[in-house]
Amino acid sequence: MTAIAEKPRTSVAAEKSRPRGVRRGLGLAPTAVLLLGALYCLLPVCWVLAASTKTRGELFTSNAFAPGTGLLDNIADLSAYRDGIFWQWMANTALYAGVGALLSTAVSVLAGYALAKFRFFGRDTIFTVLIGGILVPAVVLAVPQYLLLAKAGLANTYWAVLLPSILHPYSIYLARIYAAAAIPDALLEAGRIDGAGEHRLLRVVALPLMAPGMVTIFLFQFVAIWNNFLLPFIMLADDERFPLTVGLYTLLATGANQPALYNLVITGALLSIIPLIALFLTMQRYWRTDLSGGSVKS
Amino acid sequence: MSTAQKGARAHRAGATPYLYLAPAVVLFTLFVAAPIGYTAYLSMRRVKFSGLGLGKNSRTEIFAGLDNYRAAVADGEFWAGWLRVLGYAGLVLTLMLGLALVFALLLDSARVRLARFSRIAIFLPYAVPGVVATLLWGFLYLPSLSPIHATLRAFGVENVDLLDPSTVLFSMVNVAIWGGTGFNMLVLYTQLRAIPRDYYEAARIDGAGELAIALRVKVPMLAPALVLTTVFSIIATIQVFTEPMTLRPISNAVSSTWSPLMKVYTDAFINGDLYSAAATSLVIAVISVVPSLLFMRLVRRQAFGEER
Repeated sequence: MTAIAEKPRTSVAAEKSRPRGVRRGLGLAPTAVLLLGALYCLLPVCWVLAASTKTRGELFTSNAFAPGTGLLDNIADLSAYRDGIFWQWMANTALYAGVGALLSTAVSVLAGYALAKFRFFGRDTIFTVLIGGILVPAVVLAVPQYLLLAKAGLANTYWAVLLPSILHPYSIYLARIYAAAAIPDALLEAGRIDGAGEHRLLRVVALPLMAPGMVTIFLFQFVAIWNNFLLPFIMLADDERFPLTVGLYTLLATGANQPALYNLVITGALLSIIPLIALFLTMQRYWRTDLSGGSVKS
Repeated sequence: MSTAQKGARAHRAGATPYLYLAPAVVLFTLFVAAPIGYTAYLSMRRVKFSGLGLGKNSRTEIFAGLDNYRAAVADGEFWAGWLRVLGYAGLVLTLMLGLALVFALLLDSARVRLARFSRIAIFLPYAVPGVVATLLWGFLYLPSLSPIHATLRAFGVENVDLLDPSTVLFSMVNVAIWGGTGFNMLVLYTQLRAIPRDYYEAARIDGAGELAIALRVKVPMLAPALVLTTVFSIIATIQVFTEPMTLRPISNAVSSTWSPLMKVYTDAFINGDLYSAAATSLVIAVISVVPSLLFMRLVRRQAFGEER
């Protein structure tokens, strides 16, 4: 892994010249396959949308996809559950994902920029070792991380979830690709000739050029932390600090034998995915996953 | 080597790159290297009880050599877990990546309607946490709630238990496919969009149809992205934890040692045996890193080979 693809792709112009309307009649089967896939992916989401609007009685009797009449009651019940702990979980999750992704993006961008744009002793070794982190199974890390953080007195605190979430090898990898593709060496050279310091070049030249890539890294890391279960599950004992994933898990574990709690679990599930789906739909153009080359098109 | 060529234009600048890399390196040391080292240390220790094992000083930690590893490797339940996970991973990898590839190729072919809608819908499960995905499907598997059972009944299939020992694996595979296809599809699709269109023109002039172009031009050009998605999927599926853990409350068919990772968790936190948990987790690391490393070698050759 000595060199990362650094040549700009010539795809944009080529894309425009794609012939349209050639033998268009054959599009029916591919469209049908894709729509089936879409239907399959939307099925559970539609179900939870419908189920969360149902009262306890309606849940077991009415058509699975027919809306019910109990949405507001369900939300009120969930909010009342253990003095509104659900919203505490929501706030915790936002904190873990927001702060974690922000720090993670900063660390990754700095590292990626250094790896892409400087030549220094040990560069390839540092890159390979950092990226090797991708291959280490989470459990090999999570259990000893817990023990080490417990020794430092940090287990069962916000730090226990935040700190291990910051380093994300894959983000460094992406940042290196983005930096290589988005920042022309000539621009940095010109800046240096004009006498700009390295930190100033980073702030004025590199970061603005990497901005779209930074948004992508932030989003991926935000989702990864928001969705993480293993780490907080191992690190936290006190449900006041739980994120949604662990909170909903415990709610399910308590509620599995009590159908009366199903409504809470279902409503909680719906509310927990709304923020991410909103983020995802509004930030469409940043969901680019150019893994092995090229820049973020925006 | 390409490093020299590229490096010729990159800047030599004393301490700056080290300064920028410092946060990553410090975090790596604290949260990756140190835990691995600590695990290795723990894996070679065990607790020795002296006397009746009651007094304060009767419990001492001693060097155990490779005993914990021997015990981990000799544990039948550990390998049974691997067998389950291998079946699970095999199905998930083939079906999920297969579907992702088909969807990506279809999206990329010009003649599809509603492509944007399909792309967004198929990627949507990526925004749903594994716990919630399992929970949603878990409810859909429950006979009292599920439209699936109602549909099956309409076709005359009665009393299918989607959560019993013979079916729970497939139910879990379904959750993983549902959650993972969209992300992989997007990775492959993004890669497809980056291929210059003139390649297809050349193939068309040579008389190749859409299918031939997809199979003979697009798939080979996707190889690097396919390898990467495969590596990430292997790592993710081998480490399966969230899905079986979340199904446990609603299915008796999932034991607390269903996957190797769950066994580590159970050993460490339920049975309080950190030492064998450490040994087991390192065995898991080695077993799961080997296929990934083999793939990474391929990646180096294929994805970055053109730069050499």
